[in-house]
Amino acid sequence: MSGLPTETDGGPALGRFADNLKRIPRRFLETMFRGGRPDSDRGRSNFVFQNVFLHLHSVRTHRWSLKWSTTWGLGMITLGSFLVTVVTGVLLMFYYKPYPDVAYQSIKDIHFVVPTGHFLRNIHRWAANIMVVGVLLHMARVFFTASYRKPREFNWVIGMLLLPVTLGLSFTGYLLPWDQLAYWAITIGANIAQSPREVTDALGITQQFDPGGLQKLILLGSDEVGEEALIRFYLLHVLILPLVLCFLVAVHFWRVRKDGGLARPADVDVRLPPPERRTFPVFTEAPAKTYSLAAVVKSRTPAVGNPPENTVPSMPHLFYAEAAVFMLTIFLCVLLSLFIDAPLKEIANPLVPENPAKAPWYFLGLQELVAHSAFMGGIGIPMITLLGLALIPYLDREKAGTGLWFGGSGGGRLVAMSAAYGLAAVLVVEAVAIRFGWLQQWWPGCPQLLIILLNPGTVLTVLYGIWSVWVVKRFDSTRAGALGLFACFMAGFIVLTVVGTWFRGPNWEFYWSPSQWPGH
Amino acid sequence: MSQEPKPSATPSRLDPELTARRDFLGTAATTLACGTCGFALLGSARLPKVAVLPSASKKFKVVLPPSLLPGQPFVPPGRSVAIFKDGDSVHAISTICTHLGCVVKPVESGFDCPCHGSRFAANGDVVRGPAPKALAWLSVSSAGGGAVLVDEGKVVPAGTKVSV
Ligand code: HEM
Ligand code: FES
Repeated sequence: MSGLPTETDGGPALGRFADNLKRIPRRFLETMFRGGRPDSDRGRSNFVFQNVFLHLHSVRTHRWSLKWSTTWGLGMITLGSFLVTVVTGVLLMFYYKPYPDVAYQSIKDIHFVVPTGHFLRNIHRWAANIMVVGVLLHMARVFFTASYRKPREFNWVIGMLLLPVTLGLSFTGYLLPWDQLAYWAITIGANIAQSPREVTDALGITQQFDPGGLQKLILLGSDEVGEEALIRFYLLHVLILPLVLCFLVAVHFWRVRKDGGLARPADVDVRLPPPERRTFPVFTEAPAKTYSLAAVVKSRTPAVGNPPENTVPSMPHLFYAEAAVFMLTIFLCVLLSLFIDAPLKEIANPLVPENPAKAPWYFLGLQELVAHSAFMGGIGIPMITLLGLALIPYLDREKAGTGLWFGGSGGGRLVAMSAAYGLAAVLVVEAVAIRFGWLQQWWPGCPQLLIILLNPGTVLTVLYGIWSVWVVKRFDSTRAGALGLFACFMAGFIVLTVVGTWFRGPNWEFYWSPSQWPGH
Repeated sequence: MSQEPKPSATPSRLDPELTARRDFLGTAATTLACGTCGFALLGSARLPKVAVLPSASKKFKVVLPPSLLPGQPFVPPGRSVAIFKDGDSVHAISTICTHLGCVVKPVESGFDCPCHGSRFAANGDVVRGPAPKALAWLSVSSAGGGAVLVDEGKVVPAGTKVSV
């Protein structure tokens, strides 16, 4: 009896029972951790490895990945704001009713009557916006640090799917309040889906072949924005797209881990300062076990052949960093929600368009192009852009500069030059279109096909394309071409979005400021 | 099952398997299963395409105000169609912009679209882009007793006027 633990120590059963009762809280805590409390590097590593949620991380993280300037935490901001929209979104669902007119009333209730409803709605809206900004900036950072290269090409493609899904989530949410803003933005969006008709009409084949009409019909479930459309958008917004997003995010994270963590420069060891005190490399002790799955693991296993590994345990180093970014995201959402309300206009009125009718801000750059040709601005150019972006890692297969900001031929100077060129090009094209109009004004009878081929959007695309081809030649590097193109794309996106957001008023006319809008 | 090839040396799990017949059955079954699921999915993909448009009937009857001057548009409340009457010839033009579906406003010179600035002549022709084509002319017929029957869902060739 002597060696047994105290729990079963003598005394009457009733006494032991009382003892056990007292010990429940501590014992319960202990049973939560399969390997005992993680209180050493090894214990914590084991904990990360054994825990179903944490093992999405690798046990150790490279010190390069933890530098702020590697990621600026942008992916985490995107994930964090998504989680915030999930929580606040589910709460909003308690009161939201997806039926025309009733929907508007329910949002009004949420805004004015439901306890905390106003605040939660604001947070939901702000988190959604932050998610869009986050996903765009995250993409830019991955691009500029050349982190899409082998073996990460496929993960970049997954990201190219995550981008439209994020935009889609936000856009479908935009209809739900059923106010004027929502109704007309979606009417325009649905007609953009129908805009391939512009081409089929010009070719005179719409009777036989009408993909545009079919797209709109499927999106709206009708020929106009009504109850069917609202239910479809609701379903997409609260179920289908979030599920698709979670699925893609899971693959995305898995690949980050399996592709060997974040991209880093080949000479990373000389670039990092010596480690802090009390961070131990793995191999101070011989590994106690080998991985029994090693037989099926092909190619790189984490540590083989990389002796000075420069990693630290993910717990706590990586987790602190993640928690910090997550807290920052929540802080931002809450702060913005305290001061700026989510908009809600008058109830939707299918007979009187909102003037100007503006889409959510991240689509206003496209709306600027749509004002010349619905098909090119709304479908053609976005498709070309997405496809072009998706192909980048397959076209740039160089090695120099991976993991470094503006890495590769040309570097920061090329990016600055290209941004200047991109800026100049978009400003000139916009200025001409605003000051002198475009083909339709110069030549009223002009055939539609010509406008589809020749409008500010296509002109810009071609100008940017020419620039990047020239850069490829000049620097003799595909990476340089990609850098040039991406910088141009950013300049164009930003300028068009700004013009669409702040400089367009009623009838989509140009105004220097909203104070000059004719009163209505 | 009768003559499985006898393993010659000590078998290893790394050796490629020899049972071709099981392979064949397995492949056939997998293909069949995938094919069936694919077919089922393809079939159900038809679901989201509505068979009958759920929107309200597009036909309506309206009595034109007697004070309506020739060339002056009359937009019945709650409808997006402008009706014109000249003597006893009547025609109707849709006020849905052919660009992206905003509702155009009848003005002195014809119609203006508030969304991206398209302008149309009084007969619906495009005067200024981005609208790619003219406003649609809609079917009108006499409904007796001074009333007309308009079908917003039925487009007729531009210039079609009926007498009532
Ligand atoms: C990634 C994520 C998401 C984004 C970007 C997003 C975006 C939006 C936007 C822009 C609105 C309009 C908000 C407003 O006018 O206040 C909205 C509304 C709404 N969302 Fe989300 N959302 C997301 C996730 C979710 C999820 C996961 C749910 C539920 C499971 C949800 C439920 C709702 C509901 C019920 C509304 C209507 C309430 C309202 O309009 O205020 N959302 N969403
Ligand atoms: S919807 Fe009329 S001009 Fe765009």
